[in-house]
Amino acid sequence: MLSYIAKPIAKPLKRKEFIKKAALSSFAALLGTNIVFGSKILNGYTPIALDGSDPFDMFKKNKSMLVLNDKPWNIEAQAHLLYDSITPNSSMFVRNNGLLPETLDAKTWTLTIDGESVVTQKTYTLAELKSKFEQHTYQLTLECGGNGRKEFDPPAKGNQWNVGAVHCASWTGVRLRDVLEDAGMKSSAVYIGFHAADKHLSNDPKKEPISRGCPMPKALQDETILAFQMNGKDIPMIHGFPLRLVAGGWPASVSGKWVNRISIRNKIHDGTKMTGSAYRVPCKPVAPGEKVADEDMCIIESMPVKSLITSPKSGAMLSGKTLKIQGHAWAGEFEVAKMEYSIDFGSTWTPCEVQKPANRLAWQHFSATVKFPEAGYYEVWAKATDSQGTSQPMLVPGWNPKGYLNNACHRIAVKIQ
Amino acid sequence: MKQQIPSSLRIVIIRAMAKLAGLLSLIFIAGLVYLVIDLKAKDAANQETTLAKNEVDEISDQDWDKIENGIHIRTGLIDADGLMTVVSNCTSCHSAKLITQNRMSAERWNETIKWMQETQGLWELGGNQEIIVNYLVANYPSIKKGRRMRLENIEWYELKN
Repeated sequence: MLSYIAKPIAKPLKRKEFIKKAALSSFAALLGTNIVFGSKILNGYTPIALDGSDPFDMFKKNKSMLVLNDKPWNIEAQAHLLYDSITPNSSMFVRNNGLLPETLDAKTWTLTIDGESVVTQKTYTLAELKSKFEQHTYQLTLECGGNGRKEFDPPAKGNQWNVGAVHCASWTGVRLRDVLEDAGMKSSAVYIGFHAADKHLSNDPKKEPISRGCPMPKALQDETILAFQMNGKDIPMIHGFPLRLVAGGWPASVSGKWVNRISIRNKIHDGTKMTGSAYRVPCKPVAPGEKVADEDMCIIESMPVKSLITSPKSGAMLSGKTLKIQGHAWAGEFEVAKMEYSIDFGSTWTPCEVQKPANRLAWQHFSATVKFPEAGYYEVWAKATDSQGTSQPMLVPGWNPKGYLNNACHRIAVKIQ
Repeated sequence: MKQQIPSSLRIVIIRAMAKLAGLLSLIFIAGLVYLVIDLKAKDAANQETTLAKNEVDEISDQDWDKIENGIHIRTGLIDADGLMTVVSNCTSCHSAKLITQNRMSAERWNETIKWMQETQGLWELGGNQEIIVNYLVANYPSIKKGRRMRLENIEWYELKN
C-alpha cells in the first residue's frame, strides 16, 4: 500500500531530477504513513532527515562513533573514544526510544510532581528548581542496559550494542529527594516514574516512547539528581536538555531525558518500558534461547561490575615489549575493589592500579604497564571485581531474552614485533 | 479501512492535501529554476558533463531504488526476493539499520512483527508477512557466536612508545 501510494507522486518529482534523495525519502515515508495512520503524522513530526543533517554535526559527535540506527537515533562509542576521565559529549552514546522533541524552551520549561502518593501536586519552573534547591555536581556512570547485546547467542533483538554504550559525565542539578520532599511524599510511596517530551515513533500523542523510574530508596539517594548541566554547560539537546533525571549505576533508561513530570507512585511504575520484558531479565537463570513468560521477568536495578580498556586502541603493533594500558571500571551501586589484566587468556592475572571514584557511582580509572615475554599475537584482557567480591566473567554471562547485562571482560589485540 | 472518516480526520486530510499542494507547487517552481540552471550549465561548459552526470545520477529516476553490488543503496538492504516488500513495510517507521543489525529465526521475526503491531502501530501485513520473514531469514541468517567470539576486524596500526 505504501509503495503504491508513494510511487505515482514520487515519479514527477524524480523526472525533474531535482529533489534530493533524503528529502524525497522522508516525503514518501511521510505521505505513505499518513495514508496508513490517518491524522498522526502530518500534524506532528517533521522527519529529521528533511533537515538533511549529519548526526555527527547535529549532535557534535566524534566521526568514529558508530551509528546503529538512524530512526530513532542510536549511536555508540568505540572503547578508545572513551579515554577521558570525564566523558565529553563528543564520545557519549546516544540511545533514543522515540522521536526527538521538536521544541525545547528552557524559559517555559516546567517540572510537575504528581502521582497517587504526592501530598501536594506541584509544578516548578526551571528557574525555581535552580533557585529553590541546593545544587550538586556528581560524575555518574550511565550504561545502557543492552550494552554488549551483540554477543548474545541466540541473538536478542534490538540495537546490537557492542561495548560503547556507557559514559561517565559530570552532571549538575538538584537532588530529586529535595524536590520530592518539597511536594511531600505519602507513606504509600513505593516508586517514581518519569514523563518526558519525546514522542512515540508512531507519533501517537497518547503513547509515550519511554516512561521508566526507580524504587523510592534509589530516588532518594544523594546522587539521584534532576540535572540541568552536563560537563559545566547546558545539557546538549540529544542528552536531555533542559532537564534530565540522572540515576547513576542503574540502566541508563532510568535517567529520563527531557523530563517534565515525575509521578510518585503507590505501586511499581507501569509506564512504557517498565512492563513486559523491557529492561527485565529472567528472575531465575534460563538456558540460552529458552522462552520466558513476562511474569517471570524481573526489573533490572543496579548494573553489574564491568571495565573497558580505553588505551591503547585495539590493534596496536609494538616494537618494544612493554605497553601502558589505561581504562575505566564501574560496578553499578558498588565500588570497584580490584582490577586485573591477563595476557594469557586468564591463566594468570596481574593487578592494575585502580583509583577511588571521584564520588559514589562515578567510574574509576585504572592503569598498568604490561610486559610481554616475546614477539607474537596477544590479547590483553581486563577484569574488574566489585566490593562484594563479584568479578566480570570472561565468557558472555547468563543468556536472557532481551540481551541485557553482558559484562564479559573487555579485551584488545596487541602484536609484539 | 472502510470505517467512516471522522470530521476531525477529514479536516486533517484536507489540511494535509493543502500542504501537499503547496509543497508540489514549490517543487514545480524549484524544478523550473533547476531546469533553467541546468540548461545554462549545459550551454556554458560541456567539460563539466562528467560532474553534472554524476550529480544527475545521484538524484535520478533509477537512483531512487538503485541496486549496486547487490545492495539497495537507499536502505542498505540486500537485493533479493521480497526486497521491495520489506522496504515498503519495514522502513517507514524505523531505519533499515534496525533490521540489518538483527539476526533472528522466522519464529522470532513473526513474534517481533506481532509486537510491533500490538505496541508500535504496525499495520496488518497479510500475505506480505511471509514474504518479509522469508526475506529476512534467507538474507540475514543467525551467526553462531557460542559463548564468546574471537576478536574480528582488527585494524592493525604501529604504536610508537
